[in-house]
Amino acid sequence: MNEELRMKRAARFAGHEEEDFALRPAHVQAENFSVFYGDFEAVRNINCAFPEGLVTAMIGPSGCGKSTLLRAINRMNDLIPGCRAGGKMVFDDEDIYRRDIDVVLLRMRVGMVFQKPNVFPKSIYDNVAYGPRLQGIKNRSQLDELVESSLKQAALWDEVKDRLPANALGLSGGQQQRLCLARALAVKPEILLMDEPTSALDPKATTKIEDLIAELRGKYTIIIVTHNMQQAARVSDLTAFMYEGVLVEFGRTRQMFTKPKEQQTEDYITGRFG
Amino acid sequence: MRLKTRRLLDRAFSGMGLIAIGVMALALVVILTPIISKGTGAFVFRSTIEHRKVMSDHWGRGNADRVEKAKGQAAAARKPVYDLLSAFESELDTMPRAERKPYKKPLRDLQKALQNLLGPAPGARTPVLIRQQYGATRWDRAKIKLDEVLYTEEWDYSNPEVLGVLVKTPRVEQFCGTKLEPLFAYVEENSKPMMQPRWTFYWQFLFDTSKDSHIFGGIGPEVLGTVYLTLGAMIFAIPMGVIAAIYLCEYAREGRVISFLRICISTLAGVPSIVFGLFGLAFFLNTIHISDSKSVLAGALTLSLLILPTVIRASEEAILAVPRTYKEAALSLGAGRWHTVMTVILPAALPGILTGIVISMGRAAGETAPIIFTAAVSVGRPLLPSQVLSNPTPALPWNIYNLCTEHEAVDEIRHVQFGMVFTLVAVVLLLNVVAIIMRAKISKKLRG
Repeated sequence: MNEELRMKRAARFAGHEEEDFALRPAHVQAENFSVFYGDFEAVRNINCAFPEGLVTAMIGPSGCGKSTLLRAINRMNDLIPGCRAGGKMVFDDEDIYRRDIDVVLLRMRVGMVFQKPNVFPKSIYDNVAYGPRLQGIKNRSQLDELVESSLKQAALWDEVKDRLPANALGLSGGQQQRLCLARALAVKPEILLMDEPTSALDPKATTKIEDLIAELRGKYTIIIVTHNMQQAARVSDLTAFMYEGVLVEFGRTRQMFTKPKEQQTEDYITGRFG
Repeated sequence: MRLKTRRLLDRAFSGMGLIAIGVMALALVVILTPIISKGTGAFVFRSTIEHRKVMSDHWGRGNADRVEKAKGQAAAARKPVYDLLSAFESELDTMPRAERKPYKKPLRDLQKALQNLLGPAPGARTPVLIRQQYGATRWDRAKIKLDEVLYTEEWDYSNPEVLGVLVKTPRVEQFCGTKLEPLFAYVEENSKPMMQPRWTFYWQFLFDTSKDSHIFGGIGPEVLGTVYLTLGAMIFAIPMGVIAAIYLCEYAREGRVISFLRICISTLAGVPSIVFGLFGLAFFLNTIHISDSKSVLAGALTLSLLILPTVIRASEEAILAVPRTYKEAALSLGAGRWHTVMTVILPAALPGILTGIVISMGRAAGETAPIIFTAAVSVGRPLLPSQVLSNPTPALPWNIYNLCTEHEAVDEIRHVQFGMVFTLVAVVLLLNVVAIIMRAKISKKLRG
């Protein structure tokens, strides 16, 4: 992340030093929420609220259930046979696991960026326009506008504006991941889920994605799963530390990385295990 | 020691692999060489004047002036033959009856042999069968016919220790001292001017209807019938197969019913094709009376059932090979299952599905047993597209079998049999090549 931005962020944080982020209105809230894979309880009875407009990082060792929790928010776990949820996941005053919820509508409001760039084998334009087209937008100029603004938001416009009809698979890994971000943004979601979005990228591309997250902060509620603790420290306002399916600690990032309340958190952050 | 053993094993294995591949390549060469060399003989061969006559009489082909000229040359070359014959006949008339009699049968045999070679004598009554209206149309056949004019063949069974021996005696011995004696030397020497052999490329073989059950002409109705049957089978099998595969992969919940269905599909793929043929007869024709007689429709339906498991399997595998991440991406953008399938999964699975389809097309084109009872007849005219619902058709695989086993002049039409086999193999190979190219092109497009 470039130094200037870091300074800006620091300044912004300084202003809110005393504000308790938890007092911000929760955008999504887990209430006694559990996820089971068959008999295995991958996420255990979690209570936490993800505040609106902030970046929340989820950290923890592999298999601790952080990805499962993330994917529960847009019900991506439905794809896995034998996976079911218990408790409530409240989004916009509604439990998204209620029977009469339209999953498609939910997913339009909750965008997602995956671990590996998963652009479609289509043109760059069609990739970004995929979501809007699903929503029934056929007007070419409207689509053009959406594609442009989404690509700009993802800081990809300048690199691809001359080759929008080219196959997206011709882009570099970092560009592909930003294209995935643009594709998710084109749907105009309220929440953006990111499942280790930089784990397949080189440091330079990672920096770009992190910068983007900083820019999107405030406009979207962002929840990011990461293995990289420095990344969590750099990009997030709040951090959740999970271990073996349990939410061990959830709080402001600065506080968590400087003086964690739980011994387990401290051990993990300082690299004693994980 | 262990290293030695491992090396030995490696060497033994690669040796065996090489042998296996070598045997396969050899088999391929052994199979394809006669198919190609003899099959092309149906298209490219030395045609005699008789072939040109058939072509101009029945299809109005060839330069009329040139054909007339060649005809004239041939007739001029043949004239001495007929002159000698009539001279011999008048010689016979002068003979006493007892002397005349022994010549009667040899003369008849000679006239027959000559007719086989040259066609009916000028001025003779035109025979009813088309095959008897012309002589040998191909130079290779003409040479055999010429041999039959020059020699008589008899089986000698006098030695009980060995099998019968074919003894050839020059026919001239039967006519020693008569006016016919010089005929044989003349025929032998002047066979070329009499037959006017010339290299011909008879590409119309692919499209011509046969005259007098494949004695002359081409394999047009068979090729067309095969095309109808194959396309028909694809029309039924592709939508059913692809939809079934999508359902099995994307919609069905894994359970006992689905596993049972999968077992059924695998079993269906292993059912012998003749059973499909009998089923087609029993169900489509005898039970639901889809048409009054055998028909292209019934055959196509039967073939489609035969290739359905292959199409389903190939499509299923192609769909399952689509990266899960595509599906996740589409779903996360708010696509329903239907949209995910149509916009992401099917396009990505298309190369695999197409390959499966084209390979099963090759299978449908070549299958014989399913169409024996449901669609195929030995002789027929080319069908109009409007007739396929009710009419049977000749088709390459069935007619190959038929011409090789049941034709009344099997030996006369070897070139047609090989031509058909060649065409069928070429069609199937072509389809496979198309599949490979298509697959390569689409996956290249998908890879970017």
